[in-house]
Amino acid sequence: MTQTFINAPAPTTMRPPAPPRRWTKPRIIGNGLVALWAALILGLVFYLYTAWDPEVIGKYAPSYWAGLKTTIGLVTASIILGAILSVPVVLGRLSKNRIIASIAYGYVYFFRGTPLIAQVFLIYYGLGSFKPFLEAIGLWVFLREAWYCALLAFSLNTAAYQAEILRGAIRSVPLGQWEGAASLGVSKFVTFRKVILPQALIVALRPYGNEVILMIKGSAIVALITVYDLMGYTRLAYSRTFDFQAYLWAAIIYLILVEILRHVWDWMERRITRHLIR
Amino acid sequence: MEGSIALLGFGEGGWGPSIASGVLVTVSLALATLPVGLVIGFFVALGKQSPEPSVRLASNMYTTIFRGLPELLTLFVVYFGAQIGIQKLAVLVGYTGTVEINSFIAGMFALGVVFSSYASEVFLSSFRAIPKGQYEGGYAIGLSNGQTMRKVILPQLIRIALPGLANLWMILLKDTALVSAIGLADILRQTGVAARVTKHAFLFFGTACMIYLVLAVVSSFFIDGIERWAAKSGVKR
Repeated sequence: MTQTFINAPAPTTMRPPAPPRRWTKPRIIGNGLVALWAALILGLVFYLYTAWDPEVIGKYAPSYWAGLKTTIGLVTASIILGAILSVPVVLGRLSKNRIIASIAYGYVYFFRGTPLIAQVFLIYYGLGSFKPFLEAIGLWVFLREAWYCALLAFSLNTAAYQAEILRGAIRSVPLGQWEGAASLGVSKFVTFRKVILPQALIVALRPYGNEVILMIKGSAIVALITVYDLMGYTRLAYSRTFDFQAYLWAAIIYLILVEILRHVWDWMERRITRHLIR
Repeated sequence: MEGSIALLGFGEGGWGPSIASGVLVTVSLALATLPVGLVIGFFVALGKQSPEPSVRLASNMYTTIFRGLPELLTLFVVYFGAQIGIQKLAVLVGYTGTVEINSFIAGMFALGVVFSSYASEVFLSSFRAIPKGQYEGGYAIGLSNGQTMRKVILPQLIRIALPGLANLWMILLKDTALVSAIGLADILRQTGVAARVTKHAFLFFGTACMIYLVLAVVSSFFIDGIERWAAKSGVKR
């Protein structure tokens, strides 16, 4: 039977054409919403086009560029410092010693439970109370400047978040990996560096990306303590010109920055998980 | 130490009453923002899993934009933008006075928009955790679309979404501190004024941090209660 079927000529009947897409209620609403977004974006472009003043743009574009560099520099420095600081915190969190573990837990709880802006204010305005002490140990030179205060606050804050990310990632690696390495006679440190960490970092990559994006968005608050980052120059431009496009340009720049990072992270994730795809 | 207690107290020269009013403002702002964010977030999540591509596109654009902007910037854009917009409208109508936007309303709106863009992702992943058979079962016994959503899907959805939403509530509570930048007299603003007047900045901002911590602890206490309540109606295993 099968033989005859295989040798039978191809059927001549065609597939029926797809039915026309009807204008259902969701489709009408959806097209309406997309049209609304399109109108908003076109309106924004049109507004920025009509409000385009070469003199104003020429005056403030360089300061926006300087502000963007400050933002990126501050975030990069605090992410790196936070990553270094997070290592002892993770060790404390994973420690079997009750006291050390609870100190690390308290640190993480404080920095994750209070607003970043309150931490920045606490360090920027509050450290002045300890001026004699800070002068004695030679740190006042740094901490009287807003930029270093912001750096300190951000590093301490992101260290707490990064510690939790790293801890979760390390604990996601099965215990058998530790035992397997131990049965081969590999020392604990080498096991951690060569077996556990590479697997943990795959898990941690996405949360790390989220943390970087949160830091970029969070860094806008340094404008409130007189650091001239992108937000700081935006506020300055607005207070001088009372032109609303100051804020719109900042929004566009932040959005582009965050979207670039998001796509870079997607690309990185695809690349380092190549071996997991079957 | 004695002096610090007097400064924070409710007696003569104490800043207790003004800080307490700040706590009230912070808590009421967060509570007022929550329903706004939840409702918008729910509908955006519905849009994201719609079979209609244009609805999906519009919903995804909403999340991309409001999740990518710094919260402080969103707040300023809403606050100053609404002010300018309403001023222009008022001029059209013929009113020439200055328009002042209530910073509470502006804060509620801006934080609600940010909250909803995150909440929509939480709702979306909860929707995906509900098997298709639950919808089909609802239709099979003759429930309409809306009834299936209300009586079959929503009760399960809430249980799945609760941990994610609890997380967002904690973030919202912290984000309310930003509203002090547009002049709302919340915890941070009140302690800031006290710090400037008394020159005890570390004491007052430290107190502010502690109050936020206490609020977080109290919230997690309530959230535990809600989660226990929600778990009761779930299937016992």
